[in-house]
Amino acid sequence: MIAKLAWRNIWFKPLNTLLSIILLASSVAIITVLILLQKQFEEKFSSNIDGVDLVLGAQGSPMQLILSSVYHIDNPTGNISYDSAKVWMNHPFIEKAIPLAFGDNYRGFKIVGTNSDYLDKYKAKISKGKLFNKNFEVVVGSEVAQKLNLNVGDKFHGSHGDAIEGEVHEHYAYKISGIASSTGSVIDNLILCNIPSVWQMHGTNEKEIGNPAHGEEGNVHEEDEHVHTEACNHKHEHQETDMTLNEPNMEITAVLLKFRNKMGIVMWPRIIAQNTKMQAASPAIEINRLFSLFGIGLKALEYLAYAIMLISGISIFIALYNRLKERKYEFALMRINGASRLQLLSLIMIESLILCFVGFLFGTIFGRFALGFISNSAEDDFKMAFNPLEIVWQKETMLLVATLIVGIIAAIIPAIKAYQLNISKTLANA
Amino acid sequence: MMLQTKNLTFFYNKETRFTFPELSCDSSNALLITGSSGKGKTTLLHLLAGLLRPKNGEIIIENVDISSLSEKQLDQFRGKNIGLILQQSHFIASMTVLENVVLASWLATGKKAVAKAEKLLSELDLENQKHKLPSQLSIGQQQRVSIARALINEPKLLLADEPTSSLDDENAFKVAELLEKLSKEYKAALVIVTHDSRLKNKFSNQINLN
Repeated sequence: MIAKLAWRNIWFKPLNTLLSIILLASSVAIITVLILLQKQFEEKFSSNIDGVDLVLGAQGSPMQLILSSVYHIDNPTGNISYDSAKVWMNHPFIEKAIPLAFGDNYRGFKIVGTNSDYLDKYKAKISKGKLFNKNFEVVVGSEVAQKLNLNVGDKFHGSHGDAIEGEVHEHYAYKISGIASSTGSVIDNLILCNIPSVWQMHGTNEKEIGNPAHGEEGNVHEEDEHVHTEACNHKHEHQETDMTLNEPNMEITAVLLKFRNKMGIVMWPRIIAQNTKMQAASPAIEINRLFSLFGIGLKALEYLAYAIMLISGISIFIALYNRLKERKYEFALMRINGASRLQLLSLIMIESLILCFVGFLFGTIFGRFALGFISNSAEDDFKMAFNPLEIVWQKETMLLVATLIVGIIAAIIPAIKAYQLNISKTLANA
Repeated sequence: MMLQTKNLTFFYNKETRFTFPELSCDSSNALLITGSSGKGKTTLLHLLAGLLRPKNGEIIIENVDISSLSEKQLDQFRGKNIGLILQQSHFIASMTVLENVVLASWLATGKKAVAKAEKLLSELDLENQKHKLPSQLSIGQQQRVSIARALINEPKLLLADEPTSSLDDENAFKVAELLEKLSKEYKAALVIVTHDSRLKNKFSNQINLN
C-alpha cells in the first residue's frame, strides 16, 4: 500500500518525474555504453593477440606494425625480406611463426597471403569447400562471404593496395575454394590465400612497382618508396609456371611469432633492432599503450556520466523537497490515521527509489540501443561489431547499486523532514 | 466512561498556559466544547487525539492513559480508536476518494476495508464521487469524505475540530446531524470543538473554555 501510494505520488507530478527519470536514464545509458564498449573492445583486442608474442615486420612505428598486421586497421610499415625473416622463423625458440603478405583487396576486404596456421590460430574451420592449396585459390572469411554474397567456386579480380579504387589486377583471377567459419575475430573480414599467390600476382605486374605504396594515397615519401614495394618480385616477369614458397629474394609484410622459450619475448626486440633492418614489436605492450590512450577519453566520458547522475540526484532531491511543503498535510493526515513516522520515511524513500529504478531500467535499454548504433557505424568503418545484448553482470549490478544509493541520498533530507513532522503544529496552522 | 480527563494542563511557553476543566463523555454521547479563539480549543483537541502530550494530568480513553503510551503505540492507538475530523479537509491528493478512505483502514489495521468504505460513502451520499480525486469535490462533499474516513475504523472516540465553520447553514446542519447520528450508530463518544453558535442549540452537553 505504501509502495502503491509512492507510485501514485510519483505520477501525480509527471513533469518533475519525467525530468528526473530522463536525467538519470541518460547518465545510466552513457555508463552502460562505456561498460559494454570497454569490455567488448578489450576482449576483441585481447582475443586477437592470443598466441602472438611478437610481430616481426619492417621498421617504423611498432603500434602501426601491430595495428596493421594483427588487427588489419592500419597501413603496413613496409616489407621485409622473406629470406632474412626465415632465419628467425626457424629459430629453436619459436613454437610457431605465421608469415603474412599483404598486397591487394577485393571491394575493401584485405587479401592476405599466409598459411593454414593462420586459420588455426583463430580456431577458424572451413565451413564450406576446402582450404586453398593452389595459387590463387582463396578462403574467404564468414563476414566477407555474407556481405559480398560469395560462394565456393566464384572468381574475382583483386584491386591493388588497401583502397577499393586501387588498380585492378586483370592478369589473374582469384577463385574461392572455401569459406571460413565465423570466429568473431579479424579473420571473418579477411580473404586468405597462400603467399606465392601474392608474389605471383605482383610479379607479373612489374609496372605496378613504381606505383604509390599501399595505403599512402597518392604521394609517398621517398624513403618509403623502396620499402613499400609490396610483396612483389622484381625479377619474375611474366611468370608462366606457378611460384612456390622456395623462390629466392622475395618479400613478405610481417610474421606473427609464438615463442616456445619465453626469454625470446624480452630479448628479441633489441636483438632484431640491432642486427637487422626489421623490428619485433610486442602486441601486448602496444595494445596496453593504445588502451591507456583510449582510457583518457573513456574516463572523461565516465566523469561526465557521473556528473549527470549527480545532477539527476539533485533534481530528485529538489522535486521531493519542494513537494514536502504541499504534502505536509498529507503526512499529518496519514499520522492521524495511524501511520508511523517510519512509514512516512519509507514512503519518501520508496518514491525516490522507484524513480531511480525506472531511470536505471530506461538507461540500460537506451544504452543498448546506442551501442547498437555505435556498433553499426564501427562495423562500417573498422569492421568491428559490438554486442548490445551482452550483460556485464558485475559492473551493471554495481551501477544499479550506485543509482539506488543516489536515490537514497537524494531522499534522506526530505524523508527525515517527514519523519520529524510536527502534526499538531501542521494542523493548527492549516 | 469512554473519555475522561483529569487535571489537564499544557503550555507552549510561559505566556500561554492552559488549564483545562475535567471532561468526560460516554459512548454514543456528544460533548460540545466551545470558547472563543485563543482559549486552547484546538490544543485541547490535539491533546485528546494524542497529537500533543500534556504537561500534567491524564487523558483516559477506554481505560488507557494515552500519555503513558510510546510514540509508536500512540500512532497505533490513534489509528484504531480515534477518528479525527478537521476544520479543513486534507486528503492524499494523488488518490481517489475511495482509496483515501481505504488507506485510513489500512494504516490503522493493516487490512483494506474496501466494502466497508463503499458502504460508508454511500451512507454519506458519496456513491457517485468515490472514484474522483478529492480536489474535484465540493467543500461540503470533502467534509463528508473526512467523516467517512474518521469512521472507517469504528473509533471509540470521534473528535471534530470546527467541522462546520466553513460550511453554509444547510450543510452545517446536515453535517451536525450526520455526526450525531453516526456516533450513535458506531457507539463512539463524540467531542466537537467549535465556536460555531449554530451548533450550540443542537447539543445539550457543553463545556465552555472561557
